[in-house]
Amino acid sequence: MSFFVETLVGGLLAGVMYSLVAIGFVLIYKASGVFNFAQGAMVLCAALTFVTLTENGLSFWLAFLVSLAIMIMIGIAVERLVLRPLVNQPQITLFMATLGLSFVIEGLSQIIMGASVHELDLGILDVPVEFGPIQLSQFDLVAAATAGLLVAVLSLLFSKTRIGISLRAIADDPQAALSVGIRLQVLMRIVWGVAGFVALVAGLLWGARQGVQFSLTFVVLKALPVLIIGGFTSIAGAIVGGLIVGAGDSLAEIYLGPLLGGSVSTWFAYVLAVVFLLARPAGLFGERAIERV
Amino acid sequence: MASAILQLRDISLSFKGIKVLSDLSFDVARGEICALIGPNGAGKSSLLNIVTGVYQADAGEVVFDGRRFERITSLAAARRGIGRTFQHNALFDRLTVLDNVLAGLSRHSRTNLLEHAFGLPRERHEEREFRRRAEETIEILDLTAYRDAVVSTLPYGVQKHVDLARALVGRPALLLLDEPMAGMNHDEKRRMARRIADVNRSLGTTVVLIEHDIGVVMDLSDHVVVLDYGRKVGDGDPDEVRRNPDVIAAYLGAVHEGVA
Repeated sequence: MSFFVETLVGGLLAGVMYSLVAIGFVLIYKASGVFNFAQGAMVLCAALTFVTLTENGLSFWLAFLVSLAIMIMIGIAVERLVLRPLVNQPQITLFMATLGLSFVIEGLSQIIMGASVHELDLGILDVPVEFGPIQLSQFDLVAAATAGLLVAVLSLLFSKTRIGISLRAIADDPQAALSVGIRLQVLMRIVWGVAGFVALVAGLLWGARQGVQFSLTFVVLKALPVLIIGGFTSIAGAIVGGLIVGAGDSLAEIYLGPLLGGSVSTWFAYVLAVVFLLARPAGLFGERAIERV
Repeated sequence: MASAILQLRDISLSFKGIKVLSDLSFDVARGEICALIGPNGAGKSSLLNIVTGVYQADAGEVVFDGRRFERITSLAAARRGIGRTFQHNALFDRLTVLDNVLAGLSRHSRTNLLEHAFGLPRERHEEREFRRRAEETIEILDLTAYRDAVVSTLPYGVQKHVDLARALVGRPALLLLDEPMAGMNHDEKRRMARRIADVNRSLGTTVVLIEHDIGVVMDLSDHVVVLDYGRKVGDGDPDEVRRNPDVIAAYLGAVHEGVA
């Protein structure tokens, strides 16, 4: 029993890491209806920037602040140079633009900062902590707490303040939003800046977990089932989706893996996502558009 | 004529070679209700879209409140005090009535991101003030019963009122209404017309509206401008326009049967 609980809780904690990446997508999707494929590249870029800075002798906090400034600037530049000229274009056009953008960010990051694998040490010991009969990784606990805090802050910012109303207004009807005097461009800059910040936090935690290398950009692929399960428009959904994917992954790996010959966790999340797509196409917390026919 | 709040000078607009508006000029006096009428495709909505910066005119200029502009953005128009409703409801469908109306006050917001994020005193004060104004407007337009309902779940006629509330709450100097009575029955139209007249009288808001029901238009308006194929064929008070032979030829005669 304690083995089951340990697997479950370990999975849930790992799931929070997926949520962290998914939140970056939700932020931008909620505000502008764009599925920002470049979020993974931003995670890579953030981690690479941070590692390069610390390897050149900057302290943790200084490197964090400089990386943050760079990520926010990248976010704002993307909004200004790529998305604003494409305003009112079909969603598929915007999606393709972010797809191209992800290659540009990946490419430039590696040209400037190199493509070698870096180790990232955040100073969090990855030692098991005992809770009665079960053991949990200290790193996982810290990562989960960080993600939880981030989600709480973002949820408050985007639901309890008038920024939240403005953002939802923009998502519903950008033209009408402008016509009541909502500063669309300022809000878009804020959203992209915050997405840059989220990418940095995700990049640090994922980078510390698996090394800072090109494959960080593929955390996108782990976030996708999380988004499908939780809904593209809900920050809370990203968390719950992450927990379901994390728990499902590790339970399937342990209990189904031996029966099916291993590496279940590479595809199990997608099976879950498909099941949810059939049952709840808008995700658990997604907003279903109500249309009159 | 009283001082004009809005002057249009030789406005032309075309889409892919098709002329929508040709050399259109007229004035809207401060404090009046001005109706734009004309058959479908006459360019009425396009004209409102030029004034609110949705479209850019190919030629001509717009003077609003004494300031001339050749190009204006939708945001700048809103911030300068031009409010509008849309022909096809462009409400924030997933927000409640209250939040829609609150969003209508955005043009008056003077607080910045940090103040919002941390709920600083100035922001809290503004928030309270906005809430008071929104509640007031909701009450005036009899929307109290729907205050917390999500807009997309409401009947069309109520949505039209929400659209008006959202435009009105910002106390625009000039209010542009694009078919505010479309799809309403006779009683609803009369009620809406009375509201528009009330707003115009009690708040002094200048109103430009597009409407097809000639009976309602003639009762409500101080000034009627008739468009046909992007040209102005009539401009004057309702009686003058009614007697104008060009107007009768272009519009009144033809449409009257349809309206009844």
